[in-house]
Amino acid sequence: MTIDPEQAIPLEQIELSVHEAASPAEPGKARDAAFWAPNVTRLTVDADRAAAGFNVAGKRVTGPQQGFGRLWQRTYTVKLGSSVSPQQLITEWKDHFGDFWPKGNRFHGLLITPGEVAPIAVNTGAGMKLSTGVLVLYADDESFTFMTPQGHMFAGWITFSGFADGAGTTAQIQVLIRPNDPIYELGWFVMRRMEDRFWKATMVNVAAHVGVPNAVVEEHTNLVDKHRIWRNAGNVWHNAAIRSVLHLLSAPIRRIRRGRAH
Amino acid sequence: MNTPVVSMDVRHVGGGVAVVDITGDVTATCEQPLMAAYEEASTGGTNRLVLNFTGLEYMNSTGIGMLVTLLVRANRQKQQLSAYGLTEHYRQIFELTRLDEAISIFDDESSALGHAGAS
Repeated sequence: MTIDPEQAIPLEQIELSVHEAASPAEPGKARDAAFWAPNVTRLTVDADRAAAGFNVAGKRVTGPQQGFGRLWQRTYTVKLGSSVSPQQLITEWKDHFGDFWPKGNRFHGLLITPGEVAPIAVNTGAGMKLSTGVLVLYADDESFTFMTPQGHMFAGWITFSGFADGAGTTAQIQVLIRPNDPIYELGWFVMRRMEDRFWKATMVNVAAHVGVPNAVVEEHTNLVDKHRIWRNAGNVWHNAAIRSVLHLLSAPIRRIRRGRAH
Repeated sequence: MNTPVVSMDVRHVGGGVAVVDITGDVTATCEQPLMAAYEEASTGGTNRLVLNFTGLEYMNSTGIGMLVTLLVRANRQKQQLSAYGLTEHYRQIFELTRLDEAISIFDDESSALGHAGAS
């Protein structure tokens, strides 16, 4: 969805929500305890989002060391000046997260709170939607982080943050990822361009929303580890692209089964 | 740039083992101190690094990301990485992020050093 800069929310209408950071930690609890997702072995998807989450339910999350391909750190930044504080930026980003995505992609998340599992549908550009999802691993008032499940294109996490420097507020997206399996690794250079288009468009929309039209997004890529982790080549079993195609092809069978059940 | 609220002290305990005592907050601001501590710990043929998290007070997702970067650097140098002193909360985070599959976790220093073969 592209957001009209004319519809940008005036700053005075952006209210700071109550964040956990503003509250003192409970005695005996770590200061960051409220920001982290509870530990889970396998992901579960709410019943009302189960249809969208068929590639997520029952999967494990995958950190960078559970992926297959080379490890990349990619950073996208956009300068927002004094139009918004980091906290206001993150509040707006959380509240409208999926609205900032380019047209044709869908984020099925609700509140972006730690532990939430959000199915996503990514437009591959080949007339097919790739169904996967994310776990909200961490969320505070200046950043939030998603972790990917088995089958996702990438193993790792992606952090959305806002920080202040001498020039005002900067919005940042930083990914630390390995392609999850050998097929995704083969397609890295195509996926890399897709990622660029996707996140740059997202950041332009975020910037427009907080009153900065025609923002310029900078991108920096760092190869952290050139080695592939061959013991994880079997991740291809969970490949969400393949499973999305199979799911699409088997739709008529599911319809027949549902008809017989009724 | 925010000032790091963390300190990293390196102890070489012999047998090619170095312990990094981490005290304070592990966030984006501690990248330089962490990498400097790694450089210092890696001198003299260190092949096992032990991270002491007893003084860890706060960690965010960027902090976890930096530990992954540290792990990659250690692996590249064929160094083994282990940790001890994690509270139950941080142990759970290591499990959730599956860092515990790459970094061996121990209850205390003697167990960690025992595993590292330095005691």
